[in-house]
Amino acid sequence: MDAIILQVLNGLDKGSAYALIALGLTLIFGTLGVVNFAHGALFMLGAFCAVTLQRLLTLSFEQIDPTQKDFLGNPLKVQVPYVDSWFGPDVGAFLIDWSVPIAILFAIPIMLIIGVVMERGLIKHFYRRPHAEQILVTFGLAIVMQEIVRLFFGANPIQTGAPGVFTGSFDFGVLIGFGPNAIIYPYWRMVYFLFAVVVIGAVFAFLQFTTFGMVVRAGMADRETVGLLGINIDRRFTIMFGIAAAVAGIAGVMYTPILAPNYHMGMDFLVLSFVVVVVGGMGSLPGAVLAGFLLGILQSFASMNEVKSMIPGIDQVIIYLVAIIILLTRPRGLMGRKGVMEE
Amino acid sequence: MLGLSAKDTGFLLFVTFLTLATPILLQPFPETSSLAQFNAGYPDLMQRFAIYGIFAIGFNILFGLTGYLSFGHAAFLGVGSYSVVWMYKLLSFNVLPGLILAIVLSGVFALLIGYVSLRRSGIYFSILTLAFAQMSYNLAYSVFTPLTNGETGLQVYTSDPQILMGEGSTQVPNLFGLVMQDSIKLPVGDWLFTFNVGYYFTAVIAIFVFYISLRIFRSPFGLILRAIKTNRTRLSYAGINTRPYMLAAFVISGMYAGLAGGLLAAMDPLAGAERMQWTASGEVVLMTILGGAGTLMGPVLGAGFIKYFENIFSKINESVLHDWFGALPEPVRDFLIAIVSPFVGDGWQLTLGLLFVLVVVFLPGGIMEGARRIGSIFRRKPAAAEPAKLPETPPAVAGDPAGE
Repeated sequence: MDAIILQVLNGLDKGSAYALIALGLTLIFGTLGVVNFAHGALFMLGAFCAVTLQRLLTLSFEQIDPTQKDFLGNPLKVQVPYVDSWFGPDVGAFLIDWSVPIAILFAIPIMLIIGVVMERGLIKHFYRRPHAEQILVTFGLAIVMQEIVRLFFGANPIQTGAPGVFTGSFDFGVLIGFGPNAIIYPYWRMVYFLFAVVVIGAVFAFLQFTTFGMVVRAGMADRETVGLLGINIDRRFTIMFGIAAAVAGIAGVMYTPILAPNYHMGMDFLVLSFVVVVVGGMGSLPGAVLAGFLLGILQSFASMNEVKSMIPGIDQVIIYLVAIIILLTRPRGLMGRKGVMEE
Repeated sequence: MLGLSAKDTGFLLFVTFLTLATPILLQPFPETSSLAQFNAGYPDLMQRFAIYGIFAIGFNILFGLTGYLSFGHAAFLGVGSYSVVWMYKLLSFNVLPGLILAIVLSGVFALLIGYVSLRRSGIYFSILTLAFAQMSYNLAYSVFTPLTNGETGLQVYTSDPQILMGEGSTQVPNLFGLVMQDSIKLPVGDWLFTFNVGYYFTAVIAIFVFYISLRIFRSPFGLILRAIKTNRTRLSYAGINTRPYMLAAFVISGMYAGLAGGLLAAMDPLAGAERMQWTASGEVVLMTILGGAGTLMGPVLGAGFIKYFENIFSKINESVLHDWFGALPEPVRDFLIAIVSPFVGDGWQLTLGLLFVLVVVFLPGGIMEGARRIGSIFRRKPAAAEPAKLPETPPAVAGDPAGE
């Protein structure tokens, strides 16, 4: 029992990332009808927002510290971050320690702007083009974003730590009545999961309970009629693209302590996220979220040693296998709507 | 001739000439000039042109004609490579048995994958093929290590049986004694032309498969494939079961990919799983679209273009840039180098990405459409009046997702 719960928990953080990216992909597909291959790159850009902020906060100048001596007895030169000298060492250390969560505040507006600019500048022209061309142009864009990031940050992964409070693990099993050390779970993965739930909840609430969201949903159902009613649906869809980009971005920001970001991390997630979207059903938001978590958890089950010894290599292919089975038995995915992406 | 109309015969002869003269045509700059680095007439690159040309021609039969976008063709490329290396290991360094096995095996593979994937269309088809290819890739790395030698890549060892190898047999890939890496170098004045056996071997095969593709394009079979792209539903109302045609197209293009993969291993006796990765599938999609999907020459041009870019642009580094801009005053030179250097050398992919975006935005028909537009400017005729080109086909993978 505890082994099963452990695997479910292990699958949650990856599942959360899949769900968040797939949610954005579905949002873009459902509103604009565009297959966005640059979505993984947006996830990656978000992660690098966190890296950038950390670098900015740790920008330092050299200062002579009279209290410390080096081995020759001379006063020691130490690197003091600017934030330390501006706000005092306590606040400065706090800011640096919490740079990842703080990066969310920066990532949201930045990613919104990137999303809107991307949509107005490029995607706008591709509404009525074939999907193959949409895929190609966004793929090209993803390459460009990747390479620009590589230009500034290099090709190696960059470690970005979680706040000190959240490093390490805690004994989850004790909380739910198992013996000690049965289920050990890292804090930050729990945080990531809760964060994902909050973001997903916020997106759904936004679509469900605000007028803006209502109009967007109406536009997803029948864009033309909404347009004929005198509503500027294009502008709202553009904003939704920005929101989808921001969701992918903050998903990337929060993922940095789990996986040190490198410039091609987006592509790795993109392929799987597309599988997730298709399994969930093109155009279905709950489907994307459900499939994201489902596949994340399935993947962690498949990487258990017991399962691997029964079916060798299953951990490598489980997601694709599930995708194939689901697509063949339920053509529209788990929760796909009729008439989406069909002839 | 050969069952082709006079015009197509001329076209085929023209292509044959271009292919056979490639070692000369791609060597336009003298060895001593500073532009010599733009020469593409060295064996390795030319072989790649021909091989990826074959890959793209095959992909075009599926994607260009039927509009079904496969993201899994790299799997067949990998299967082809592995079969050739296995034939090296078991029989001898003669490439022929391996290539035959590569075609057959990738055909069987394509039959299986196609049979399942073709139950769906549009993006579902793309994801299914992608899933199959990624599965093969992951399995090649893990469970199938005895077959694929995992991360090291499959290669020939001295302990391998090689039952057909005699005492004095060649120890490198060959065709009945014709060694693939052999070249004849021909200096003409300042120019140096390299005629490579491997290149001519791939070139002859490329011409042959180009001919087959030409025949498919002009055949009733090709017409049905094109009709599938235009409107599959109407075709099935007309009483035509489209599935066998699709499957045939898929298998044919899979065999082309297998042949290309086999040739890769024929030139360099090594096969790695990374050939099956989805980026390789993406590459052939890019080649086809960049050149012009659905046209005969387009995919070949696209393949050549991308491979040329990859090889030549990635070689330009800062010192080369210093040579170019050396004559300029220093601030201008440093400025220019700062501007240009991110786009060349390691950053050539950035240029490639930008190029894709620009091509798709402004020239959705790829290089071929660009050539046509330029041609129509010179001929001063309205583009619509040209009988030479294929009729523009409306997008079929699309469907309108906006909810109609």
